[in-house]
Amino acid sequence: MTAPSVSEQTPPQQTQPEARTQSRWNPRNPWRHPWFLEGFTWLYLIWSLVPIAIAVLFSFNKGKSQSVWQGFSWRWYFKDPVNSVLHNPQLHAAVIQTVRLSVLTTVIAVPLGVAFALGINRWRGPIPSTFNFLMILSFVIPELIFGVAMFFVFTELFTSVHLGTTAEVLALVTWNVSWPAIIVQARLVGLGRHYEEAAADLGANRLTAMRRVMLPLLAPAIFASAVLVFSGVIDDFVIVDLLSSNSGNTPMSVIIYSTQHGGNGGPALNALGTIMLVMSFIIAIIGYIGYRFMTRGERGSRIDALTTIAGGEG
Amino acid sequence: MRRQKKNAFWIALAAPGIIWLVLLFIVPFYAVLAIAMGKLDQLFESPVAVWNPFAWSSENVIDVSRDLVGSAAFAGPIVVRTVVYVAIASLLCLLIGYPAAYFVARFSGRRKGLFLILLIAPFWISYMMRMLAWISLLQTNGIANKALSWFGIAPVNWLGGHAATVILGLVYGYIPYLILVLYAGLDRIDPALIEAGRDLGLGRARTFVRITLPLSKQPILTALLITVLPMIGDYYTNQLLSGAASTSMIGNLIQGQLGTPGLEGQGAVLSLLLLLVLLIPMIYYVIATNRSSKAAA
Repeated sequence: MTAPSVSEQTPPQQTQPEARTQSRWNPRNPWRHPWFLEGFTWLYLIWSLVPIAIAVLFSFNKGKSQSVWQGFSWRWYFKDPVNSVLHNPQLHAAVIQTVRLSVLTTVIAVPLGVAFALGINRWRGPIPSTFNFLMILSFVIPELIFGVAMFFVFTELFTSVHLGTTAEVLALVTWNVSWPAIIVQARLVGLGRHYEEAAADLGANRLTAMRRVMLPLLAPAIFASAVLVFSGVIDDFVIVDLLSSNSGNTPMSVIIYSTQHGGNGGPALNALGTIMLVMSFIIAIIGYIGYRFMTRGERGSRIDALTTIAGGEG
Repeated sequence: MRRQKKNAFWIALAAPGIIWLVLLFIVPFYAVLAIAMGKLDQLFESPVAVWNPFAWSSENVIDVSRDLVGSAAFAGPIVVRTVVYVAIASLLCLLIGYPAAYFVARFSGRRKGLFLILLIAPFWISYMMRMLAWISLLQTNGIANKALSWFGIAPVNWLGGHAATVILGLVYGYIPYLILVLYAGLDRIDPALIEAGRDLGLGRARTFVRITLPLSKQPILTALLITVLPMIGDYYTNQLLSGAASTSMIGNLIQGQLGTPGLEGQGAVLSLLLLLVLLIPMIYYVIATNRSSKAAA
């Protein structure tokens, strides 16, 4: 989350021709393949992914058990007339609320953050740098501290905004607006000012240059940040946990937490979690393909697209 | 004159974001301050915000300081526990995450895309789903205990308030973020420098200690910050995997006070204190990020 979204370097060459003459296993070959490291990495990956695979598997279990497989069924998704995600009103409402929050937050936060990034990047002086500092600060502040502030501002000061969807959206926008603000600024720094100056020389006024030249150039960064905001809201927990007030405005993450914590966990929660997972993966795939399409003329690689979509180089 | 006109366009663009930040980032923290320095409505047990700094009361601050130090301090041990848990968990994250990130950044070759997808996958899986996965594994009749019973080990009540379970949850929960930041940093190290070390006769281990490690100091620091900061404010991992008072952390304390009539003011004081302590590492992170993005440009 540190450098510009598109790295200009080509991936380093890894093959050393002289290594081929020596054995990959020979311990004295300094270029031998690090089998131990590779094994360690695979162990880590297994540890990190297999538990989730098991949880997904058991969301399709016919029975209630989370450790004994009793056969495949869609029971916990829609077959069960009472306890399935489709028929349990709480779980059902949670799916809708998550989608609602993600859409609303993305629609507000992305334009706000992009305009902020453009303005702050070109406007010189102490005021813009102060607010830019504040923006990055909002990116690293622990979410609980931010959530506490949001809780108090909506219960004590802006009391006409009751806890619920409006408060959730306002807080989520503030929490996520730093994605577009930071990623677009990084891209702006990478682009330099030549394109704008060329447009100005060719007679474009500032608004035209912005619309016809800068926005198309920034499109991949804007798109990547929209993907990150959308998936960030799906995954968000602390803010919505503190600001939700009833089951009509409680999204999936909070329902999973409170139901499990209340001792009513079960395969239906796994089903809800699996739905979240599928939603996020669809967003990730759309994000990856879209980003690759938008940057098709550039020198960036598959790898750059992957790390950008995960916010790794935002 | 022209300069001013030039600026006006950019000011207009930045203005909505600035106004938003003032109203929903700066003002809310003033609200926390007003609650923290406010009084308690004895009748309704609700906090009363005091907006005028000259009328601030130290009621809540005194209450919190009594909780933190002294003979009846119950919050002191919680703070110590938080520091210990977070230190162990973030160190484990680094010990597990560094080799994996290093391998993928330097040695994965043509399979880099595959490895990256697998490394990034947890980033796209909801935190709650990942906790849910461990809850079902660690249940008394869950898969973990079944596996242990093959070795003749009696079932353990993993979810009944074990520090080890909470730390496992923290490591599992936050390690994807650390790996991603580490990978991005390690990937930027010029392989020519490492090859030069080898060519000049350093062995594998010494090349690593003398060249790779010093070059990865900055990524390690930022990666640790990006995991430590949210870990300190975590209350849900703890609640889900233990729920016992014997493992509760500062996040649990603050979150509990928010939901308890009469204690909201103390929750406000505690979260401000936490912010004050964390402000230094946060500012360090902001400066480091700025520096590296300028260097990259």
